Amino acid sequence: MTSIASSPARRPIVAEPQYDGSRIPSRVPTILDVPEELRSSEDVLQVNFGPNHPSTHGVLRLIVDLHGEEVVGVSAVIGYLHTGFEKSMESKTYWKCVTYPERIDYVGYQNNELVYVLAVEQLLGLEVPAKATWMRMLLCELNRIHSHLVFLGTSALELGAISMFWYCFRERETILDLFELVTGQRMHTRYFQVGGLAEDIPQGFFAECRKFVEWMPHALDDYRGILDRNQIWLERTKGIGVLSAEDAIALGQTGPNLRASGVDWDLRRDQTYLAYDQVDFQVPVYPNGDVYDRYRVRMEEMAESTKIVRQCLDKLERMEGLPWIADDRKVVLPPREELHTSMESLIHHFKIVTEGFRVPAGEIYVAVESPRGEAGCYLVSDGGPKPWRIHFRAPSFVALEATATCLHRALVADLIAVVGSLDAVMGDTDR
Amino acid sequence: MTDWSALPGYVSHRDGPEMPTVTVETERLREACTHARDELGFAMCVDVVATDYLGWAGKGVSGYIGTASGRDMMHPADQGLQVLPAPKPKRFSVSYHLLALRSGAASIAGKAGDARPKGGGAPRVRLQCWVDDGEHVPSVVSVWPTCDWHEREQYDLMGIVFDDHPNLARILMTDDWEGHPLRKDYPIGGEPVRFSDEQ
Repeated sequence: MTSIASSPARRPIVAEPQYDGSRIPSRVPTILDVPEELRSSEDVLQVNFGPNHPSTHGVLRLIVDLHGEEVVGVSAVIGYLHTGFEKSMESKTYWKCVTYPERIDYVGYQNNELVYVLAVEQLLGLEVPAKATWMRMLLCELNRIHSHLVFLGTSALELGAISMFWYCFRERETILDLFELVTGQRMHTRYFQVGGLAEDIPQGFFAECRKFVEWMPHALDDYRGILDRNQIWLERTKGIGVLSAEDAIALGQTGPNLRASGVDWDLRRDQTYLAYDQVDFQVPVYPNGDVYDRYRVRMEEMAESTKIVRQCLDKLERMEGLPWIADDRKVVLPPREELHTSMESLIHHFKIVTEGFRVPAGEIYVAVESPRGEAGCYLVSDGGPKPWRIHFRAPSFVALEATATCLHRALVADLIAVVGSLDAVMGDTDR
Repeated sequence: MTDWSALPGYVSHRDGPEMPTVTVETERLREACTHARDELGFAMCVDVVATDYLGWAGKGVSGYIGTASGRDMMHPADQGLQVLPAPKPKRFSVSYHLLALRSGAASIAGKAGDARPKGGGAPRVRLQCWVDDGEHVPSVVSVWPTCDWHEREQYDLMGIVFDDHPNLARILMTDDWEGHPLRKDYPIGGEPVRFSDEQ
């Protein structure tokens, strides 16, 4: 195998502003076209990358035109995982729909569940108890760490650092155990309900979660020890897949991809929701917009999320015995024990499960900062018990729009690094 | 407060709990979007979504609605009955959710001022236009490149045709798919079965 470092198209490791103006291919912004002079030279080889390649993180297909080792043309084909969630949800009651959003982005599931219940609650005008708000925040931050660990483990694995995968999945396992402790499920928890949480926080959770919060900074040190001064890692990531701030905004990038391009924007701080205005955290921003900066942003976000989880724990430990779900019998299932003694409760239970609750007519768009960026839920209600139209703004879908720009004049080996660094989940992309 | 009536093709606007909705004339949508981007600071288009209102308000939706305080069981009708939703001007709405990267802290690192929007005002707005089946919507890919895939998705699933789109092809369904699945007249379970016992 030829040495990558000696290839003439290799850019210097020190990241400088490497873009002269916009790198967005102009005719179709998401397709990199082969230049005319190359196309006629018959030196261009067209290669299918995916859809079943492990490093596509699902079923992404990239049609890549190669000129030697250089990528001169690329277009993405998606839709292999399209399951019609939006159509299915139109025929389910709001109460039953809760299971769907989690399966859309199956790595950042808790955040997707959150954006759906927030949208329904806003249309209902429903107040959520403080305990539910803080617990939601805690679980969403744990989920953010979980998602970034999957990103870090798999994208480092693809670049040859297999040990990172084992380390990251060790911590991920702990998080999944915490989810199982609270919700009974490791993934796709269905723990958030319209109105609050499905169940009270179980005994023993705080102690276990504290253990994790104490351990996580040490784990992050481990990761940094493996990667931060690893020459192979630096060569494979620095100056690769550059996306300028202007291009990132024009291409609608959000979340870590946007912040790694030097745009200081985080919905948790800038358009706050839940109780993020009451916790102390920093928003990491890096200016170079390359693969390395996307890695750094996510590493630091894990540290910040750990800080938020700790603050949520402090708050929640003083909320023992408080209600965890709104007391509105028209929307929220009555407490289980009441079903044996109260006819009214039994009727309410029956009505909500069979017919569902009605949501006032209106349209709403709610956005949260998911691990991948802005996850949005657009919901139209006609006043009935089923959503008239529901649409999810998928951050992965938008992230993949940037592949052509990022791969402008990249090498074929960088393709893996770039696609991994955009951190797209194909379930989220295709819905 | 932003003066929405200065938008080209302005029709009406209403405030919502999360963002205002501004309806604009379909023909002048691209002008309105350019104005929103350049004059009002909406640098980012986060989402494009079409809704099919076929059969809207056609079936009864009476019943009680839940509210924050719950309902007084002794006086069940004191919060009124659910009302029929107002009819819509045309069959499809196409909504553009715009975002201005503005808040106390937002800026572009090292380039403060460049992308900072002019003046204060709403951080989000929904631009909306209405079309009937067969009518076209001007594409805004030239305004926000990110709309490329968003518009393709709405074309694919809802059958909205965007004029001047550089590459209007199906994106989530296969290229030879018939129909647009998110339309209200496209039944669940009505799709052709590709690999059945007979084949």
